[in-house]
Amino acid sequence: MIPAIDYIRILPELVLSVFGIIVMMIDPLIPEQGSKKPLGMIAIVGILAGLAATACQTGFYGNAFYNTIRVDTFSVFFHVVVLLIALVVSLTSLEYLEVQRIRSGEYYALVLFATVGMMLMSSAVELVLIFIALEISSISTYILAGMRRRAAESAEASLKYFLLGSFATAFFLYGVALVFGATGTTNVYGIARYLQTQSSLLVYLAVGLMFVGLGFKVASAPFHVWTPDVYEGSPAPVVAFMSTGPKAAAFAVLLRVLFATGAPGWFWMVWVSAALSMTLGNIGALVQQNVKRLLAYSSIAHAGYLLVAFAAARQVGISAAIFYAASYAAMNVGAFAVISHFASTGEKYVTLDDYAGLGRRSPMLAAILTIFLLSLIGIPVTGGFFAKFYVFSAALQSHLVGLTIIGVINSAIAAYYYLRVIVYMYMRDERGEISVARIPAGLGIGLAISLIATIYLGVLPGRVLDYAMQSAQDLMK
Amino acid sequence: MKFINDNILSIVVFLPLAGAILLAFFPRRDRDIRYFALAVSLLTLLASLHLPWYFVRGQSGFQFEADSQWISRPNIHYHLGIDGISLWLVVLTTFLMPLCVLISWKSIGDRVKEFFILMLILETAMIGVFVALDLFLFYFFWEATLIPMALIIGMYGHGRKIYAAVKFFLYTMIASVFMLAAIIWLYARTGSFDFVTIQNAIQNGQVAGFGQAALWLFLGFFVAFAVKVPLFPVHTWLPDAHVEAPTAGSVLLAGVLLKMGTYGLLRFNLGLFPEEARRNAPWIIALAIIGIIYGALVAMIQPNIKRLIAYTSVSHLGFVVLGIFSFTQLGVDGAVYQMLSHGVSTGALFMLLGMIYDRRHTYEITEYGGLATPMPVFATFFVFIMLSSVGLPLLNGFIGEFLVLSGAFQAKQLYGILAATGVIWSACYLLWMYQRVFYGNVTVPANNSLRDLDARERVSLWPLVIAALVMGVAPTLWLHSIDPAVSAALKQFSAITQAAAPATMHATQVISQVIGR
Repeated sequence: MIPAIDYIRILPELVLSVFGIIVMMIDPLIPEQGSKKPLGMIAIVGILAGLAATACQTGFYGNAFYNTIRVDTFSVFFHVVVLLIALVVSLTSLEYLEVQRIRSGEYYALVLFATVGMMLMSSAVELVLIFIALEISSISTYILAGMRRRAAESAEASLKYFLLGSFATAFFLYGVALVFGATGTTNVYGIARYLQTQSSLLVYLAVGLMFVGLGFKVASAPFHVWTPDVYEGSPAPVVAFMSTGPKAAAFAVLLRVLFATGAPGWFWMVWVSAALSMTLGNIGALVQQNVKRLLAYSSIAHAGYLLVAFAAARQVGISAAIFYAASYAAMNVGAFAVISHFASTGEKYVTLDDYAGLGRRSPMLAAILTIFLLSLIGIPVTGGFFAKFYVFSAALQSHLVGLTIIGVINSAIAAYYYLRVIVYMYMRDERGEISVARIPAGLGIGLAISLIATIYLGVLPGRVLDYAMQSAQDLMK
Repeated sequence: MKFINDNILSIVVFLPLAGAILLAFFPRRDRDIRYFALAVSLLTLLASLHLPWYFVRGQSGFQFEADSQWISRPNIHYHLGIDGISLWLVVLTTFLMPLCVLISWKSIGDRVKEFFILMLILETAMIGVFVALDLFLFYFFWEATLIPMALIIGMYGHGRKIYAAVKFFLYTMIASVFMLAAIIWLYARTGSFDFVTIQNAIQNGQVAGFGQAALWLFLGFFVAFAVKVPLFPVHTWLPDAHVEAPTAGSVLLAGVLLKMGTYGLLRFNLGLFPEEARRNAPWIIALAIIGIIYGALVAMIQPNIKRLIAYTSVSHLGFVVLGIFSFTQLGVDGAVYQMLSHGVSTGALFMLLGMIYDRRHTYEITEYGGLATPMPVFATFFVFIMLSSVGLPLLNGFIGEFLVLSGAFQAKQLYGILAATGVIWSACYLLWMYQRVFYGNVTVPANNSLRDLDARERVSLWPLVIAALVMGVAPTLWLHSIDPAVSAALKQFSAITQAAAPATMHATQVISQVIGR
């Protein structure tokens, strides 16, 4: 018999699933050519309910469902991050779908289901359940990537993402199988207990395979090749979603798999991947003309910075990683929200040249995008600064001088291409008259959320960092 | 009163920012925006005058301090305070700001709102740099000056503005990464970002591994400041940034931003690493002297007036660095004084250039000639300011250069001899330029019909002219508060380095002897 309290421990997931099903059921009732905005509203209400449910969870920390679920500060933190991402994405999508004439009601349902998967990823402590959660979130995102059905590049993005993604999850599954073979359990904390006393060569292989699978999800080099193409082809709000949500969730899983289990032998793997991601991502971004591709490469680089925190290990490293995930989510979702507004019909205005003179045509949005870009560079007063600061000081405390130097040089390179976008917006003259629509309410709220989060993390990072420290402690228990 | 004294620095720092935020919600009526920006900058000036008014003279150490914890991990404090050195730099900033607003009144006609928002944000950041006593907070403001300035150059400049803006940004940004690394190293070993705490820890030898790292830390700070000053090999961003920037941008760049570099050298490189400063002084002084002479020679052959004035900054700031690294009371006093007087006279020169540019849209010397005929008032203002920049006795430039040179002679005769040639050079290039632009017959017909300065332009120049005169006649007004701060900075210094300079020679005495009071 499952105790009732267990259901509270998956309450946010339940709430979102129910709302997802409601969206699916109401969708057929809306005429073919009608606006799908009401569905979006339902999804937003669902996400807010999910946030409330997460808030309820704080009184009920503990394990559930035969120790497959674990609610602690760590899971709550990532629940909130993922839910806020979903909220901003839904708010942005309201207008985007109208403009792009995407009339699929299941869009919102898929966003909700994907969010369920990501939340489950952060609270599951059973590798098989983690795998299922990973699949829930991945499959939903595969479909979302292909939402612009009429555009060939969207279909290409979806297919590429799907094929490579399934390939990568297979690696993860192999890893799980090997762990089970070696330790006789798939529970993260069970594995930890086993590894405290014994060791096995198989575990090394298993950790490597799982890292490959998750490395794909977080787009870290050398598993990053899919990223630019998929980001370029997918609808902009979906890119906002998949460049932050699944990434944050996959990092949560990676934290559990690498640290909570006390698995051995991953240090150099992470070190090399971090150095490669930062370098390849930033060098790749230098030459991009398409803004979405540019941000795709930048997201690879940011995965690299985050992995630096992994390599730093210990509590400071974990908390730095958690903090980085949160502030990266805030600034990247915001940047893509602005881009999805600029994209206009058929995603026409996506190259840097199209951004020329935006500071004049749309001063408000240009200013907001500038703040997000400055945060991505890591300029003070923004979350991006403290994120980088914590990561690199954690790395220095762990005596990772080489990796820190690589990271700092990369940050300097990165400044150049983010700056280029700002230069185009403010200092170049526009080519033709491209009108930018007024900011709709939904987008306005979404931008406000991510802007406030970005600035808050940059001015008063103390509380979030304390919480991240607490989460790191809970994770290791 | 206690409340005001405790919070005055925060008020002065954040008043412009509050104005900028309010301005963001203004409707786009350019007139209102200009008046509002002027009001905010005047209010800030007024508030900042509280500082010299209630500043306890003759006392070393920091005053008007505010210290509270900002972030617990890492241990970052919101720690502000000023001593006699930073006091006047703050006032210089708030003093130049309303004039910059006035000078941009008509020349900025496009995207007016953004311009004044950027200017006010820049003001907050600049003042913050001078009053921050927490290294992290300092870095924070330091970086924060970068973006508004780069945007001002890139959005409102002319010619190769994008190139200039990006060059400015990258130079400063990359250089300050080294400073950040040094700051983090210090934090890792002392557990504090607080300037005073770190200084004490270093003096008492409580920092583990400081001996081996000291040189690298010194260089980390030095690179960031040297780029900003700019010292000789890393000065190449300056002519570009100055020439392409709009007038107000050039004024602030020359008047305040460059001083951030010399202020940093004085406060951090001398304050934290006296031993290393002494050891590295010879080559730094060599660079400074090269800068003085090289800057002057390059200025002489410039066909573009603004570029010429830009190179004079390289030359004049060389004097400041020379004064600082002479480690003598006179030299450092003079360096601080030279910072202020360069802010006044070069700021005024750039404003004058902006006025002529508004009329003719060119800076080429060959486009002018005989300007004194159609614009007598302009020519008078120009010659006055130019003479103050050359270093005519009884004007501000003289005092600074005189003190620096006295200090340089005390430190080593060769330094003094070489640097003194810089004074001659500056007279050469400025007077020659003046002759070509203002005297003789009007060579370009378009110049015949130029109108002279109007009331707004005169109003924006008078404060600078008066300041130049008062600073030249009564330097003790300033030196009274600069002197104790400098001697405090040098005392902890000479205890370690046993500098041979006679500690009794104070600038105030020397000046009194010279002026005969």
